Amino acid sequence: MSGWDKFVETFFNAKVMVKYLPDILSGVVVTIELALLIVVTGLGAGLAFALLRSLAIRPLNWLIIFVVDLFRSLPPLVIIVLMYFGLPYAGPAPSGFVSTWLSLAFVLMAFSEEIFWAGITSIPKGQWEASRSTGLTFGQTLFNVVLPQAFRLTIPPLTNRTIAITKGTALGTVVAVTEILGQASSAMSNSYNPSPLMMGAAAYVVLFLPVVVAARWVETKFAWKR
Amino acid sequence: MTSHIVDARAIHKHFGTLHVLKGVDLKVDERELVFVIGPSGSGKSTLLRCLNRLEEPSSGSIMVDGIDMLDPRTNINHARRRIGMVFQSFNLYPHMTALGNVMLALRKVAGKSRGEAESLAHAALKRVGLADRADHTPGQLSGGQQQRVAIARSIALEPRVMLFDEPTSALDPELVGSVLEVMRDLRESGMTMIVVSHEMGFARNAADRVVFMDDGLIVEQGPPGAIFENPAHERTRAFIGQIQRH
Repeated sequence: MSGWDKFVETFFNAKVMVKYLPDILSGVVVTIELALLIVVTGLGAGLAFALLRSLAIRPLNWLIIFVVDLFRSLPPLVIIVLMYFGLPYAGPAPSGFVSTWLSLAFVLMAFSEEIFWAGITSIPKGQWEASRSTGLTFGQTLFNVVLPQAFRLTIPPLTNRTIAITKGTALGTVVAVTEILGQASSAMSNSYNPSPLMMGAAAYVVLFLPVVVAARWVETKFAWKR
Repeated sequence: MTSHIVDARAIHKHFGTLHVLKGVDLKVDERELVFVIGPSGSGKSTLLRCLNRLEEPSSGSIMVDGIDMLDPRTNINHARRRIGMVFQSFNLYPHMTALGNVMLALRKVAGKSRGEAESLAHAALKRVGLADRADHTPGQLSGGQQQRVAIARSIALEPRVMLFDEPTSALDPELVGSVLEVMRDLRESGMTMIVVSHEMGFARNAADRVVFMDDGLIVEQGPPGAIFENPAHERTRAFIGQIQRH
């Protein structure tokens, strides 16, 4: 047996792959569910906080900045572990799935708030003044003039962050979430063969590559003619 | 009620420790074109921006078209509909076409239907000579064209007063004429206008009154001929001399 054949036999073992394909696929479903929940709630909360911050209420802004900086500096794994193993002492006992979802949503909220906020503040003051001088309210100006321009600027950094954080769903393995990596590593120990891990890696690529491509498409769609 | 469409009294404005306006009175009659000149830092732009409360005066009173602009009970957004403003840097919305720029306030503030707003916006663009540029975005227009779209955005709301804050200062010399031409048309249609600008030739031909400001105060005012040929104050003479040398 040549070196190459041994490599394929070990990492891309067809028999092992067929056997564990259903497990990996069920992991894919869990990862998609988790990722969608994290993206929707994390970006939604991040935008909501950025909008609240634009109201310029000082004590509220201090609170927002504190929460955002806290969740940006804590490692996501620590938040997941604290929520899953620590929170039950205080009463609520979220499942591994819920712990992973909420922890990563908080992290995405914190990063996306900063990105949305940077987008909002990068819009020149003259845009606000022109709009307000024609009688549009603060809110109308924010939604019709400022946010459409800010969103366009935020799409590239937002996509990067979103992908980085949703890939963190793999951290759910430590609290027994049966997502892709969790399924792959238990299949790996059951089969004494790393092929399931290769399937898991392939699943991540298949899942996230379209997201990157979609982000590029959105970027070109939002770009206005210069 | 006064007979003046704009009646600002004893306007003071502080920026921190900086005293920018030191008690300015400005009354403007209906259909009058008032030109405000003065060295940079004299407070002329700040005065203009106080009139529609883009800048909050520290004290004083401002009546525009019978509305008390500084009364907290005044709906400032309704009041601003009657006061058009044109900026030095145009401030068009880059993510919208020329037509979209003009339509936004018609839809959101004047509450017009889409169709109505569209035909009013087309009419406004036609007035500034840009009927054929309705579908262009600001990035595809020259500076002069952008400023004319900005004027259309204001006049589409049928304001009672128009404020111009150095409308030609950011333009290449060859593009200034097209903007001044639109302003002249507006004046001939009877629009009340307050213009902060250094276009002395235009002031001479079109202004009813020239106001000279320096150091937060109105130093003197009068018909353009009197101010330009025979200023009463030394500071006015020095400023006019400087402007005309260039």
